[in-house]
Amino acid sequence: MAKPPLTLFGHKVRFKAIAVYALVIAITVVMLLPFAWMLSASLKLDRDVFAFPIEWIPSQPRWRNYVDIWTKIPLALFIYNTTKLTVIVTLLQLFTSSFAAYAFAKLRFAYREVLFLAYIATIAMPWQVYMVPQFLEMRAFGLNNTHLALICLQAFTAFGVFLMRQFYMSIPDELCEAARIDGMNEYQIWFRIMLPLSKPALSTLTIFTFVTTWNDFLGPLIYLTKTELKTVQIGIRMFITQYSTEYGLIMAASIVSLIPVLIVFLALQRFFVEGIASSGLKG
Amino acid sequence: MVHVGGDDLVVAREDFDIPVAVRPKRLTKRQRQRRSTLVALSFIAPNFLGFLVFTLGPILFAFALAFMHWDGSNAITFAGLENFWRLFSDRSFITAFWNTLIYTAVSVPATLACSLGLAVLLNQKLRGRNFFRAAMFFPYVASLVAVAVVWNMIFNPEMGPVNMLLYELGIDPKNLPGWAASNSWAMVTVILFGIWKSMGYYMVIYLAGLQGISPELYEAADLDGANGWQKFWYVTLPQLAPTTFFVSVMLTIQSFKVFDQIMLLTEGGPGTSTLVLVYHVYNEAFISWDLGYSSMVALVLFLMVLTVTVVQFRLTRED
Repeated sequence: MAKPPLTLFGHKVRFKAIAVYALVIAITVVMLLPFAWMLSASLKLDRDVFAFPIEWIPSQPRWRNYVDIWTKIPLALFIYNTTKLTVIVTLLQLFTSSFAAYAFAKLRFAYREVLFLAYIATIAMPWQVYMVPQFLEMRAFGLNNTHLALICLQAFTAFGVFLMRQFYMSIPDELCEAARIDGMNEYQIWFRIMLPLSKPALSTLTIFTFVTTWNDFLGPLIYLTKTELKTVQIGIRMFITQYSTEYGLIMAASIVSLIPVLIVFLALQRFFVEGIASSGLKG
Repeated sequence: MVHVGGDDLVVAREDFDIPVAVRPKRLTKRQRQRRSTLVALSFIAPNFLGFLVFTLGPILFAFALAFMHWDGSNAITFAGLENFWRLFSDRSFITAFWNTLIYTAVSVPATLACSLGLAVLLNQKLRGRNFFRAAMFFPYVASLVAVAVVWNMIFNPEMGPVNMLLYELGIDPKNLPGWAASNSWAMVTVILFGIWKSMGYYMVIYLAGLQGISPELYEAADLDGANGWQKFWYVTLPQLAPTTFFVSVMLTIQSFKVFDQIMLLTEGGPGTSTLVLVYHVYNEAFISWDLGYSSMVALVLFLMVLTVTVVQFRLTRED
């Protein structure tokens, strides 16, 4: 005979389930702990940041940190710069990728395979391999220390074309054929039929481009030396100087810089997950 | 696969009873082909021109530059294989090469195991499952700059909570790990950081793999009286083999090109303890302005990635 089940408040208690929940919660805490620390430290004086045991909720929260970050460095300008770059890059990426992908997926023309091979061949090529010649080229174009350089750098990726093409391939050709019989030209088919159908792929591409551009560190580091052009990610580092680090301020600025990503992530995470799951993207 | 080109348009219209006067002018086959090619190229041009100038061009330039001497301002001179031979006598390169391999050898299996574990855990029916999944994934999208600063605070050898906790647990202060500030622990620190930051991403790929496993296989295993562990070992793991292969290839390539997190956590140090290949590329280019040699080091990185890609291609084609 099996032992009678243990009960608590009238519910059957299953030890296995409890163990699983305990494990999942413990891992989640570890994963999120750095963010809790960030939030907590953003409301502290520098000298209290490392107090141990950790005071997770500061008894006297220092809201001033969230005022000072805007005056100590031109954070508002940095956010404006980053937003500008992110929006332009994302829009360009969406437009040019879906436009090109339509031709690769649905049109027949000479050298199609060769041109597409050029994209495929570079998709596994790490940016780090050609970042130096790319910088030299931009400098030769006089684009050093301009936002245009960063836009050109990120707006025309093989990744975007590949992602959109894969999606378009799954849309039946008969749909385009029917539209052609109805007298639509190719541009109308792309705009009126393909674009509305490819919302999931466009969302995935939007999120990836948005997050990558917003968080980009190395690109702005290499290209932007003038303060008035810098982005948030570079700006945060300005609180770290050779002699001291202003922890409270750097944490407050970090929290501010995380908010847009958090919003986009929470709003569109379904597409994120679907996008990765369907293509294992972004190598 | 059926491809419908623009030339079908004319053919299709012939079926209709259109008066000759309004029927579109018949184009020759050649004209039609040329027109459809032009339309297609107009679709591709906006992206391809940018891609050609800002990606393909620099890639070809990189290959050429590896066999040149250039400091960025004076004339470029041909170097032949000089940059290549220099690799073997450059101690920093050799260190960077080994450090990259060590980073890869440790972080690939560790990240693989962690992300698989997370996926199996979060593939079960749990309350708040979506929240837990999102929480695991969030470090991946969070700004690297911000989380690297936090990481260095938490792992601060003198004041950070991790070492404080270890001290409280009775570890001798002399034996406390120095984390990013010590030669022996710096690599461990960047590897741990890499696992924490990226395992949520690979978890999502594994979750997709898990959902592709037919439930009948588990039912059959149940009938045979398999326990949970046996089911994992004899059903889940073999069924996930293609996913594991794919993830390990991606992780390997990611590890070969690791850079940002190292720059933000340790700046390649202390000494050369976390100097990796891309760091060497960066230093040779933007610190020493030895652009030809920097490109040669980048070429080595490319060959490493190419090898992995070719092996992947070969093996997946055999399946």
